[in-house]
Amino acid sequence: MARKNATQAKTSAAGSTGKKVGGRKSSPAKPNVPEFSKGDELRAYREMLLIRRFEEKAGQMYGMGLIGGFCHLYIGQEAVVTGINMAARPDDASITSYRDHGHMLAVGMDPNGVMAELTGRVDGLSKGKGGSMHMFSTEKRFYGGNGIVGAQVSLGTGLAFAAKYRGEDSVSLTYFGDGASNQGQVYESFNMAKLWDLPVVYIIENNKYAMGTSLERSSALTNLANRGASFNIPGETVDGMDVRYVRDAAERAINHARTGKGPYILEMKTYRYRGHSMSDPAKYRSKDEVQAMRSERDPIEQVKQRILDKKHGNIDDLKQIEKEVRAIVTKAADFATNSPEPDPSELWTDITI
Amino acid sequence: MPTDILMPALSPTMEEGTLAKWLVKEGDSVVPGDVICEIETDKATMEVESVEEGTIGKILISEGSEGVVVNSVIAVMLGEGESADDISQVPAPVAAEPSAVQPQTEEAAPKTSPQKTSGASAPVFSPAADPDLPEGVEMVEMSVRQALNEAMSEEMRADDDVFLMGEEVAQYQGAYKISQGMLAEFGERRVIDTPITEHGFTGIAVGAAFAGLKPIVEFMTFNFAMQAIDQIVNSAAKQLYMSGGQVQAPIVFRGANGAASRVGAQHSQDFTAWYAQVPGLTVIAPYSAADAKGLLKAAIRSPNPVVFLENELMYGVSFDVPIMDDFVLPIGKARMVRQGNDVTIVSFSIGMKYATEATETLVSEGVDVELIDLRTIRPLDMETVLNSVKKTGRCVVVEEGWPQFSVGSELSARLMEQAFDYLDAPVMRIAGKDVPMPYAANLEKLALPSVDEVVAAVNAVTYRS
Ligand SMILES: Cc1ncc(C[n+]2csc(CCOP(=O)(O)OP(=O)(O)O)c2C)c(N)n1
Ligand SMILES: [Mg+2]
Repeated sequence: MARKNATQAKTSAAGSTGKKVGGRKSSPAKPNVPEFSKGDELRAYREMLLIRRFEEKAGQMYGMGLIGGFCHLYIGQEAVVTGINMAARPDDASITSYRDHGHMLAVGMDPNGVMAELTGRVDGLSKGKGGSMHMFSTEKRFYGGNGIVGAQVSLGTGLAFAAKYRGEDSVSLTYFGDGASNQGQVYESFNMAKLWDLPVVYIIENNKYAMGTSLERSSALTNLANRGASFNIPGETVDGMDVRYVRDAAERAINHARTGKGPYILEMKTYRYRGHSMSDPAKYRSKDEVQAMRSERDPIEQVKQRILDKKHGNIDDLKQIEKEVRAIVTKAADFATNSPEPDPSELWTDITI
Repeated sequence: MPTDILMPALSPTMEEGTLAKWLVKEGDSVVPGDVICEIETDKATMEVESVEEGTIGKILISEGSEGVVVNSVIAVMLGEGESADDISQVPAPVAAEPSAVQPQTEEAAPKTSPQKTSGASAPVFSPAADPDLPEGVEMVEMSVRQALNEAMSEEMRADDDVFLMGEEVAQYQGAYKISQGMLAEFGERRVIDTPITEHGFTGIAVGAAFAGLKPIVEFMTFNFAMQAIDQIVNSAAKQLYMSGGQVQAPIVFRGANGAASRVGAQHSQDFTAWYAQVPGLTVIAPYSAADAKGLLKAAIRSPNPVVFLENELMYGVSFDVPIMDDFVLPIGKARMVRQGNDVTIVSFSIGMKYATEATETLVSEGVDVELIDLRTIRPLDMETVLNSVKKTGRCVVVEEGWPQFSVGSELSARLMEQAFDYLDAPVMRIAGKDVPMPYAANLEKLALPSVDEVVAAVNAVTYRS
């Protein structure tokens, strides 16, 4: 697809400012819609739907007592990880926080294994020992699944360090939240990433809240794309509810990192529909705010509407995709319910080598 | 096939709830994500979303119904081409399995209904009265959560230099609701929400303490204090010494410590031994609500930096707390919970739960247990422990943290040094297993100490096994 100039993303109802910062002065956004082929739309639809249905099922299984502890759902944010992965290569590494189920599905990790980890069973990706917040895949170069807010930012920078050290051209996709963006180690990492021009794309999933604290209440300046400015790291604010803009920006950012120009920041304006974790009644925001996002900005509905409008498919085609996705999720749920608990001897394995 | 819609659990402990409101009626079509009803628990009102696409065929539980058991069928949904006639037999509601797990509530923890610690059966012994309390003082039942809240509020009323800062302490009323109502009473100047920046705000609080304020820093859990441990150890703990006695750091670092329930390796760690190793720090780890209140007040008044270790699973548990205008307990004093002659069990914090239950079992089997709650870990009340072990000749230490270089390790060493001639058996340590905390329910249970392990250790040191 045509590579657009790197100076703008776009403005949207999600409140994007469409500014590129760091380097040159930003110019106002133009309505410059990235191209998305029929194949792109259908792929995005299927992948986002899989995350949505998977997360809904996980929420339901939590309700049935099959999943315990913390369970942070990704519902509403699907376009971010889907768009990024549409621009990434399989050998690119990725790392994120505890809100990680969507990221694992997006890099192609086995839904059965993810769900069985959620239920704490032996067939889970971490043999049941990690749980919702701690899953990994060396095959897919997915490095978790991290419970400590902000820690993955330094770790992701380290993944980029390794790539550069070995002379490989893979990129580290390092995801973190708006809340995490205030942690000190983020800025220590930014500095070194630019100092050494490490191939890392920092993807800030700005869903407006860190637990019950809105970005405005936690941050002196709320333009997160700007957070690398004093290190001369370029950044863009992107409409993270529209998968087309996400992929478009990701292509620019990944290309920048892959070609030796160093780190890049993408601030994804997105939204989580559910509470922070299962037991959060989310009283810190209005129902209207949530409802407006769901009805006007939903990432899946947007794609669906375009598929129908552009006649990339009809209702029956979409239903067929829905059916296939549901089958995957149902299978994962059955698998995760029937897999046995780990053997007690597993308590003592995998501590050191 | 019509699909059953089940009453969901919104926390691992929820067994039943009230179906407050239906937002759909029979015949309505819904898609995944549509809110179909609202349910109320003791914690909050939550919306229930549909996971399926279809038509609401039948509503089986009417709105306003209380005590609806988790996993029972509340409605039946019809898929495409199905009609209400397809709803053959309504399955009987499934009884809620009694949940083995305890509340986890990083985000919305609410007041859980008070539970008595000793369960349904009458305790074999009742804890001895605390000699630090006036005789015959009136008691009120109170949760540990409430006790901590009162301690902070009373000290803040008394001293404008005391303030509270941390993540979600103000507007959200505390991630675990310890600071409920405090923003309303004391205002934004004194109850301060911070960004997620532990290292930074801890340093700011320590600096404020150097300048004479008396900060209370709440860590959402002590797992996150690891981001800030440099400021606790290098700045706060050593300041008085490095300044030749000039600069004090009157500060309290408090929050939930240790394992919660099913929250995995990075969220389930006991830091007692870590902090207890540091000269300059005071380390307190209360079990009961009375100790939580009396010792937190003492900690806030202390001129020294205090690490005050709470336990999430204890927040909702209720105990008797004395009704006094100003109830403060001495730091550095263990509590004799039960006097006995055969064996000394020493514990602290949630370890007391295992120790107390083991004591009940052992006493009923005729073992005369002496039970000590350390309450303060640094400075250790060795006098109380030594006097006890000199009498019983045997000691078992119980804690949830890792066994190597633990509180139990320290006590064992000191007893060997200071009471060697009195020991009739090796001191035994019952601790968490020497592994990161696993998530799987069965493994998590194995990783934690158990009452059986405590009983077995006592049997071993008393040569009953
Ligand atoms: C160091 C640290 N401090 C606090 C927490 C508790 N905590 C977990 S998630 C969270 C909010 C993070 O918000 P954000 O970074 O915006 O990510 P989101 O949950 O919105 O995806 C907090 C405070 C933690 N896990 N680690
Ligand atoms: Mg956020």
